[in-house]
Amino acid sequence: MADERRPKQCSLVLPTESMKVMAESVGVGQLQEECCVALSEEVSYRIKEIAQDALKFMHHGKRRKLTTNDIDHALKLKNVEPLYGFQSQEFIPFRFASGGGRELHFYEEKEVDLSDIINTPLPRVPLDVSLKAHWLSIEGVQPAIPENPPPVSKEQQKVESTEPLKAVKPGQEEEGPVQGKGQGVTSAESKGKEKSISRLKPRSTHELSVEQQLYYKEITEACVGSCEAKRAEALQSIATDPGLYQMLPRFSTFISEGVRVNVVQNNLALLIYLMRMVKALMDNPTLYLEKYLHELIPAVVTCIVSKQLCLRPDMDNHWALRDFAARLMAQICKTFSTTNNNIQSRITKTFTKSLLDDKTQWTTRYGSIAGLAELGPDVIKTLILPRLSIEGARIKAVVEGPVISNIDKIGADHVQSLLLKHCASVIAKTRPLPDNVDQYRADYGYLGSMLCSHVVKARAQAALQAQQVNRTTLTITQPRPTLTLSQGVSTGSGPRTPNIIKVPSSLTLPVQTLVSTRPVTPAQPSPPATKYIVMSTSTAAATSPQVISLTSSRSSSPITSTAPSSTSTLQPLVKVEHTGQSVTTPGAGGSRTLQKYIVVSLPSAVSSEVKASSLSSPSTAVDSTVKADRTELPGASTHSSH
Amino acid sequence: MPTVCDTRSEMAAVQDAPVEADNEKEIKTETLNDAAGNHASAAGGVIPSPPVASTSSSGPAKAGGPGSEEQQTLMAVLQFLKKNNFVGAVDVLRREAGILEDSDESQGQELAASALGGAEAGDATCTLSRASSCTTSTPAVAAAPAKGGEDQPDVNVVLSAYSQQGDPALYQGYYSGLKKFVESVLDCHRAELSQLFYPLFVHMYLELVYNNHETEAKAFFEKFSGDQECYYQDDLRVLSGLTKKEHMKGNETLLDFRTSKFVLRISRDSYQLLKRHLQERQNNQIWNIIQEHLYIDIFDGMPRSKSQIDSMSGSLAGEAKREANKAKVFYGLLKEPEIDVPLDDEDEEGENEEGKPKKKKPKKDSMGSKSKKQDPNAPQQNRIPLPELKDSDKLDKIMYMKEATKRIRLGPESLPSICFYTFLNAYQGLTAVDFTDDSSLIAGGFADSTVRVWSVTPKKLRSVKSAADLNLIDKESDDVLERIMDEKSASESKILYGHSGPVYGVSFSPDRNYLLSCSEDGTVRLWSLQTFTCLVGYKGHNYPVWDTQFSPYGYYFISGGHDRVARLWATDHYQPLRMFAGHLADITCTQFHPNSNYVATGSADRTVRLWDILNGNCVRIFTGHKGPIHSLAFSPNGKYLASGATDGRVLLWDIGHGLMIGELKGHTDTVYSLKFSRDGEILASGSMDNTVRLWDSIKAFDDIETDDFTAATGHIHLPENSQELLLGTYMTKSTPVIHLHFTRRNLLLAAGAYNP
Repeated sequence: MADERRPKQCSLVLPTESMKVMAESVGVGQLQEECCVALSEEVSYRIKEIAQDALKFMHHGKRRKLTTNDIDHALKLKNVEPLYGFQSQEFIPFRFASGGGRELHFYEEKEVDLSDIINTPLPRVPLDVSLKAHWLSIEGVQPAIPENPPPVSKEQQKVESTEPLKAVKPGQEEEGPVQGKGQGVTSAESKGKEKSISRLKPRSTHELSVEQQLYYKEITEACVGSCEAKRAEALQSIATDPGLYQMLPRFSTFISEGVRVNVVQNNLALLIYLMRMVKALMDNPTLYLEKYLHELIPAVVTCIVSKQLCLRPDMDNHWALRDFAARLMAQICKTFSTTNNNIQSRITKTFTKSLLDDKTQWTTRYGSIAGLAELGPDVIKTLILPRLSIEGARIKAVVEGPVISNIDKIGADHVQSLLLKHCASVIAKTRPLPDNVDQYRADYGYLGSMLCSHVVKARAQAALQAQQVNRTTLTITQPRPTLTLSQGVSTGSGPRTPNIIKVPSSLTLPVQTLVSTRPVTPAQPSPPATKYIVMSTSTAAATSPQVISLTSSRSSSPITSTAPSSTSTLQPLVKVEHTGQSVTTPGAGGSRTLQKYIVVSLPSAVSSEVKASSLSSPSTAVDSTVKADRTELPGASTHSSH
Repeated sequence: MPTVCDTRSEMAAVQDAPVEADNEKEIKTETLNDAAGNHASAAGGVIPSPPVASTSSSGPAKAGGPGSEEQQTLMAVLQFLKKNNFVGAVDVLRREAGILEDSDESQGQELAASALGGAEAGDATCTLSRASSCTTSTPAVAAAPAKGGEDQPDVNVVLSAYSQQGDPALYQGYYSGLKKFVESVLDCHRAELSQLFYPLFVHMYLELVYNNHETEAKAFFEKFSGDQECYYQDDLRVLSGLTKKEHMKGNETLLDFRTSKFVLRISRDSYQLLKRHLQERQNNQIWNIIQEHLYIDIFDGMPRSKSQIDSMSGSLAGEAKREANKAKVFYGLLKEPEIDVPLDDEDEEGENEEGKPKKKKPKKDSMGSKSKKQDPNAPQQNRIPLPELKDSDKLDKIMYMKEATKRIRLGPESLPSICFYTFLNAYQGLTAVDFTDDSSLIAGGFADSTVRVWSVTPKKLRSVKSAADLNLIDKESDDVLERIMDEKSASESKILYGHSGPVYGVSFSPDRNYLLSCSEDGTVRLWSLQTFTCLVGYKGHNYPVWDTQFSPYGYYFISGGHDRVARLWATDHYQPLRMFAGHLADITCTQFHPNSNYVATGSADRTVRLWDILNGNCVRIFTGHKGPIHSLAFSPNGKYLASGATDGRVLLWDIGHGLMIGELKGHTDTVYSLKFSRDGEILASGSMDNTVRLWDSIKAFDDIETDDFTAATGHIHLPENSQELLLGTYMTKSTPVIHLHFTRRNLLLAAGAYNP
């Protein structure tokens, strides 16, 4: 690799065009070619020199990332005045434009309404540095606590389940006589070698320590107990704790047995609790569940398609459980389906079979449709749309026919709304305009007319979003403090459509940050720059919370996420940076004002409060937990909130 | 305290003398200060000319040239000295020159004559008489950083050696000719002769650049840079950017190549082979470079193997010369002062730990005997004047001994527990951490120029009352020490403001009264932990100071930074007592020897040097790291040194023999922290790769058999046993490990900033 890079080292010189462009920007019109060449070589050399010095500062700052400050210090070392106004710790976005045979990279500049900025309330003060102690190792053994990384990484668990012969059982290794070795690389490697020689999978013993047994007991009791606060805590623990690896088989058995018993007893509440446990396990970034899917999938599928899940089918909202379980199932498929295990196709087959069966009850029918629909638009298109007219006829028979039973009618209603909900968006995307009611009726039968109105609505909404997207084409990035929160999203489960598409424009809250540095005298090389972090709302949402802050710490203080209005799902954050000169000398430096906009898309409902509340409200338990899957916190943020 | 003061003034005198001499010579004081501050050049073997010599003898100082030219140079030097009335120096030079003419060694040494003369001149002027038996030498005395315009003349002198060279088109031919030759020789010689490639490559490239053959230089670089060893990557990167003569001025890396001779160790057989080849081929170009820019340290015996060479090479200026590591180092520990330890056994019995009494008895005996017998390797008790013990220090010593009896014996079977202190919300960047010896306080240096101090015990940090309030206190009362503290100021942490740049090093004084911090702003600051204010700002480094460290006995401290000079200070002097110059790049870390007579410095030139505080000599040069060194640790018995670098390797050195004795591989990123356990059984290393690793240091030291031959030649064959020595690896959660500390009871404390 190094060898490949070397030839480049020698030839890497800035293009002469850049010199020309720069010369023009400072008013030198015709720069001769030789000058450009000479300049670009000189500049390249100096830049390299500075970069090499800046690296020193990075190393001594004990970082892996080079910051603008390092460059400033390197310049200072060379007795060059640093570049003021480049204090950003974030990615500095350039916009690209071409035209007239020219290619340019530039900063986007926009006018900022100061009154907006001033009127926004202050954001939270960033947390001060604090010290926290924990045991990294106790007499050579690393305790499995949230402060420590998981004993077995997810990758290793994955390897273990996919290639069982190669994998090493860290659990056993710890239980072995070589306690003193800890999780040393040595022992791991030597074990691996032994195994590859013998090619025998050793019998695995799942022994739990007393603490683990206690933990297991506490957690399971809390999960199915009556205290909602405790349950929230327990689920949080399941979703974040890194040391659960060894207890995973017990949990999975607990869930599958629990579902088996409670389905028979029609205990809806317990089923919901168990599904939430599955969800929490899925969310735990340190666990790899594949080995336990044979127990978990039947349990989940049961909760989707079971004929009866509650004692009073006409009263209880078992539909929500089915929806939730269906979503879980889709998540499982996304995460674990491979060409080997074929989970998705097998699940699809199961659902389709019950859907095709005429004798299927409405509850099961609802479940299988929901299960299929959650698998994605493609599945809807191929498996549900063709059956729309048949299902329509069936619904019509119940709704318009003689009243047989109330339960059937409710079931039919639910199936109808489910079908409309899922099919409309798919049809809106695939079916060409115009939306003719008669045509729809011809194609989809009884549901046609309703479908048509739904499709029209869906199209309108899509158009709005498109507009929205056009309006915010600035570079999207993430500021440092939100990184913690958004990381959880990315580590969550599978790809997620960007929030930006989903936003209804009326609810958008553009949050703006203005950063400006004070003018700095050369004699005082590194003064603290004042930084204004301002968050403002657009005019449309005057009632939503507004935040403004003026902090004056040099290193940019973390922009804490403002409490978002519960309905909004997106907060673009615009950040503007002024150079010192432009602020103080508007006349002279006016032409060279540097402004930077950073639009930051924050994941919706990022604040931890939202999650906490969602977990503690039993009535909306299922729905809000689903919401929480987007906002789930990584262990990190709990860590840092101490 | 009188002894301390006396010697201090003597030290100051030592410091002053060369400065005066320099002023007389009307040469840039700053440069010379550094050069002369290091007198290590005394009787050294071959050393390149320091600026003093080069200004006078620069032009004709072309080694390998005819003898008459050499004579001229000497005459010029003599005249210069006479003119300045340096009578002693003239005599010495005359004598030295006479000796030199007799010597029939390679002509390369003749350059040394002039250099030597110059060095002697500088030396003779200073009033300090020094033991001439010390044969240490430091390459590149003149490596004082040449920055700014004022050093231009020197730079030009240095560069002029590159002028008037041969046909640029032939360079590639020369190089590939040598390459072919080396490939054709016997296997046993090939590895040794391959060492030549890198220095030759660099010098040929620089010659091409200097003579404005830009395209040839580029082609040359492109063709042969791929052949160089991977550990020279960083330097090659610097070189690659350098394509114009103008760039060479002010480029420090380049100056290093010129001012310091690249040192190679080659067996006599291999050297003869090379010499014969070059003479046969009439390859004067390469021969000239070897003569001028390389120092070939020839030894008798078996040629070294590739692995032996690789383990020692990698530094900016080649290996250390053998004689550089020959000086005697008093690595033993100082005698502990006799303190009556009140043995309150009730206290120990209160803690019902079995096995304690058994262990305790022999240990106490060994301690007692140790303090009675003088270690033959220990320096004299008053070799370096140390501050007298105060009553509070004695109390602390007693505490220490008590704690020591409760210490856990560590070993492969009983690993230490590790307590990790995580700095949360340190978005401004945590750059340095230190613990007090009794583990009661933690200091953190931050990139936002602040230093913060935390108390990790329930005892809060309190500052002394203001002067007005202090007047009101009854000074006769028994608890006056308690009364002077301001209860209102009690808090768990204090912030110290004063620096104007990132703080790169912090160090507590052993008595916990002071804290040192060094920063990018070029100052070292001393803070009082009684008032939590800054007491002194030590100015001397004009560039960022990367590290500072208190002596284990307090009072003295060492600092090192970007200006490549390590300075020894005493807390009550605003001028440094010693300046240790010799490193070819930034000094990145510093460490005091446990007996406070020596300091070790690690540098970005990939060497570790050990300096004698008494006379400022460099007594050890350790090469073998392949990246800038970022951590150093002495073993508690003072015999060994461990160093960690950006290459992720930890190297172990025997100070007495001046040998590398171990290599610990395992880390995948910079090792920022190293610490031996209190009894030296375990070496802990913390790294940027978010791990703490524990190594069996006893085994590492025992496995090495240092027979006379290896000791004499320094050719050590390292066993590949990193994996056996590794006792444990502990991952943190994305928290680089910046500092490690063993408490007095052998609990390992680690610290770092959580970095999500």
